[in-house]
Amino acid sequence: MPSGFDAERVRADFPVLQQVVNGKPLVYLDNGATSQKPQAVIDELVRYYTTENANVHRGVHTLSQNATEDYEGSRAKVKRLLNAADDHEIIYTRGTTDSINTVAQSFGKQRLGPGDEVIVSNMEHHSNIVPWQMLREEKGVVLRVVPIDESGELLMDEYEAMLSSRTKLVSITHVSNALGTIVPVEQIIAMAHAKGVPVMLDGAQAVPHMAVDVQELDCDFYVFSGHKIFGPTGIGVLYGKAEFLEAMPPVQGGGDMIKSVTFEKTIYNDLPYKFEAGTPNIAGAIGLGAAIDYVQSVGYDSFAAYEDELLDYGTRALESIGGLRIIGTSPHKAGILSFVIENIHPHDIGTILDAEGVAVRTGHHCAQPVMQRFQIPATARASLAMYNTKEDIDALVRAIDRVIEVFS
Amino acid sequence: MSGLSDLYQEILLEHNSKPRNFRKVEDASSTAEGYNPLCGDQITLYLKVVGGVVEDVGFQGVGCAISRASASMMTQSIKGRSLDEAQTIFEAFHSMITHPGEEPDYDTLGDLETLAGINEYPTRIKCAILAWHTMRSALGGEGDMVTTE
Repeated sequence: MPSGFDAERVRADFPVLQQVVNGKPLVYLDNGATSQKPQAVIDELVRYYTTENANVHRGVHTLSQNATEDYEGSRAKVKRLLNAADDHEIIYTRGTTDSINTVAQSFGKQRLGPGDEVIVSNMEHHSNIVPWQMLREEKGVVLRVVPIDESGELLMDEYEAMLSSRTKLVSITHVSNALGTIVPVEQIIAMAHAKGVPVMLDGAQAVPHMAVDVQELDCDFYVFSGHKIFGPTGIGVLYGKAEFLEAMPPVQGGGDMIKSVTFEKTIYNDLPYKFEAGTPNIAGAIGLGAAIDYVQSVGYDSFAAYEDELLDYGTRALESIGGLRIIGTSPHKAGILSFVIENIHPHDIGTILDAEGVAVRTGHHCAQPVMQRFQIPATARASLAMYNTKEDIDALVRAIDRVIEVFS
Repeated sequence: MSGLSDLYQEILLEHNSKPRNFRKVEDASSTAEGYNPLCGDQITLYLKVVGGVVEDVGFQGVGCAISRASASMMTQSIKGRSLDEAQTIFEAFHSMITHPGEEPDYDTLGDLETLAGINEYPTRIKCAILAWHTMRSALGGEGDMVTTE
């Protein structure tokens, strides 16, 4: 490919990809659900548990000091990944869902009351819908939804008209998990800030594909999951501007999030520990650090351009299949090829693809409002990562031909 | 795995493309909704039971080939049968789908036996069983909502 990116070399770093599934070489195209792990991440987890396992922020002994150093070292890596202003603006969570819920339960509960509005879009993952509905039940908050057009792009005029003195937060996806649309977040943020409204971006599907600079974006919160960026499951990130995080109350109480405890009065710890009650996912955080090292060693610049070419190649290949319709046709997309085939349910597509060694996601992708918008029950979704190749796309096309053959 | 042809047999594909009793039963004595949140399969089942016999049965909804064919074949197998017989067929089908190691009750199952291959696809068992649980719900009470989760 013209980008000169060596996907085969990257691919060789991922042991799980070197296997045969159902008698066929594995073609892994379910990266939107979770990405595979490079050997460097696996090795780091083994190293941590083999030589260093100890609790953090507690012991004076060597292992605890080493574990703490690596755990905090990873935080600094996340800070650099997002170009946050300070390490303490990086809160470890269990994942994107946990991050959004933390903002809803802390910022939301503290600042939002009856009639206050939260703006989301029609293409949010359920994890950026349900926490706000819970707040609606609890506090009478109003949920406003920015509609999308047939291609899966936000209707920016409608968004602008929705912003008002009642708007207290805009919480919107950076890249849609069901459609692949890259949302014009710079514009979203500028419009919201013009009205004094803070913005949270759900970056779960963005960080595996593109460099993110939270200071340049000037977003107020940015959230993502470790496992979608080649790190372990169970670790995620909540970035928040210090001015917000400092004013926000903790959501969970316990160890590590306190400075001092008496039965009369407890003083909460400083950022970021105020939001990290209990023994955290230490190995997960350290593994995430290794994943970030890996991604940066490959380099966003080189693999982002390569992935764009691959997406174009895949789009053209799928478009040439009769009866197949791509759902999500914005010119601004990253990594996602969602599709339906006339008279064949996505679940049947998924089963037959699996028999051909091709792993895709089928269903509503935890984004049922997107399915309702397009009046379809589900889609099949091929989602790309930097280790995918043209050959993977070709295998997908051959497997889809097989689906059509079975149902003909 | 025994291969796709055991799963997507001709009879299944035929029932998928031309489902039997795919209609509303206007004078149904009971109806029930079934829903599989995992894949979005949705079924409404209509039963007209007179004197303990399933006099008419129909279904509507959207779903994958397996859920649709299973529903279609179910309506054929229970139409004209007593409620006791319908229950026996349910049990035979349920056992075939969920206990791959055991010998299916071929006499009771008839054509339904061709769906046996589904038991090798754990993620698809819910698709096959949806209509059947919905039937049980319809017979158990008016308007219950069944989900496979």
